[in-house]
Amino acid sequence: MIKFNVIRLAPILIVAFLAACSNPNSMGGINDPYEETNRSWHDTNVALDRAVIKPVSTAYGTVVPDPLRKGLANVSDTLSIPGTVVNDVLQVQFGDAVHNSARFLVNATVGIAGLFDPATSMGLEPRDSDFGETLHRWGVGEGAYVVLPVYGPSTERDALGLVVDIALDPIGHVFGTPEKSYKTGLKVAKLADTRYRYSDLYESLVYDSADGYAQMRLTYLDNRHYALGTPIGAGDSAEGQATPYDIYEDFYE
Amino acid sequence: MSNFARNFGLSRRALLTSMAAVAAFPTAGFAFSESQAEALIDKVVGDINAIINSGKSEAAMYVDFERTLVRYADMPNISRSVVGPPARSASAAQMAAFTKAFQTYIARKYGSRFREFIGGKIEVNTTQKVNSIYDVRCTAILKGEPPFAISFIVADKSGKFIDLTIEGISLLKSERAEIGAMLDKVGGSIDKLTASLA
Repeated sequence: MIKFNVIRLAPILIVAFLAACSNPNSMGGINDPYEETNRSWHDTNVALDRAVIKPVSTAYGTVVPDPLRKGLANVSDTLSIPGTVVNDVLQVQFGDAVHNSARFLVNATVGIAGLFDPATSMGLEPRDSDFGETLHRWGVGEGAYVVLPVYGPSTERDALGLVVDIALDPIGHVFGTPEKSYKTGLKVAKLADTRYRYSDLYESLVYDSADGYAQMRLTYLDNRHYALGTPIGAGDSAEGQATPYDIYEDFYE
Repeated sequence: MSNFARNFGLSRRALLTSMAAVAAFPTAGFAFSESQAEALIDKVVGDINAIINSGKSEAAMYVDFERTLVRYADMPNISRSVVGPPARSASAAQMAAFTKAFQTYIARKYGSRFREFIGGKIEVNTTQKVNSIYDVRCTAILKGEPPFAISFIVADKSGKFIDLTIEGISLLKSERAEIGAMLDKVGGSIDKLTASLA
C-alpha cells in the first residue's frame, strides 16, 4: 500500500492554489465570480437535502434518543481533536495545542472514549481549528466563494483546507480501514444530529428566504470571518478594504 | 465596565422598575456614552427575557416584541437601510407603511427564534465605541448549547440599536439581502414589497 505523504503533497497543493487565487476580483465585499455554477450546486444540494438528508436526519433524530446522539457526536468531536492539534502547531499556537491535547486526553479517558465531554466543565472548552484557518494565518487570501457538492458553502481557501485536513488527520493514519469508516460513520451521525437539532433555523434560512443562496453565502462568510478574527464585511484579506464596522458608517445619511 | 448576568424570569417588580427607567430614558438624538449604550441593551435584554417568560400566546409575544423593537431600535432608519437606494425616491407615506410592515415581519421572524432562549440567559459583557457606534458584546447561554456571542450595535447619533450580530452574522446585512431579493421579485415596487411582508 502506498503511504500518502502529505508533507510532500501540501506545498504542491498550496502553490497550485495560490496561483489559482492570486487574482481576486472582489467588488464591494463579496467575491463570487463563480456565482452561476455555485447557484446550480446550491440547488442540487438543497434538492439532496429535501430528498435524502432531511428525511434521514429526521428519522435519526426521532428514533435515536437525544443522549445517545449527543454521545456519538461527542465521540466524533473527540476524534477530530488530534487533527486540530496539528493545525494549532502549524499556526504556532502552542497554548491551543496544549489545551486541545489535554482536552483529548480527558475526554478519551474520563469521558469514556469520547462519549462524554467532561473536559468542557474543567475549563477545557472546544477550540476548533482547521487547515483553512492555518492558511489564513500563513497569509493566504480566502479566494472566491464556492459551493461544494454535498458539503455546501466554502471558499477556495477553505476548500483546500478541507482536503488537507482529511490528508493530515493523525487518526486516519493511526487506524486501519474499518476504523476509519467508523470515524466517517460517526461524522455522518453528527451531521444528521446537527441537521435535526437546528432544523427550524436551517430551513428558515435556506427554504423560506427570498434568496436562500444569498442568505447562505452571507451567513457562511460573516460567520467564517468572525471565527477567523477577520473583520465582518471584509473581503479578501489581501485586499484589506473594509473594517468590521464600516457598514454602519453610512447608516445615517 | 459592568459585568452582570440577567436571568430570565424577571420579577414583576423588576419589570415595573425597568419600565419606569424606560419612561425616564431620553430618546432625543444626542451623543451617547458607553455606559448609556450598555444600559440601553441591558433594558432590551431585560424586556426580551420578560416577554419570553410571560407565558403569553405566541401572537401576543410578537406584539410585545414589536413594541420593544420600536422603543429601542431605530426602525425607520433600519427600514431605509434594508430597502437601499429605492428608499430615496419613495414618499414619506410609503416608507412609513413599509416600516410598519417591516417591524411586524421582524418581530414575527425573530420572535419565533427567541422561544429557544427560554430557560437561558444573556450576559452583557463589554461595550466598545468604534467610530459612530457602540458594540455592546453579550454572551447567550442557552440550555444544552455551547455559549455563543451576540452583539448589539448602538448608534451614537440616535441612541438606539441598529443591528444585532450573532457569531459575526449581521441581521442588518441579512435583511438587506432578503429585502433586496424580495424587492427584485416585485419589480422594485415599494408598495408591493410592503404588501408582501404582511
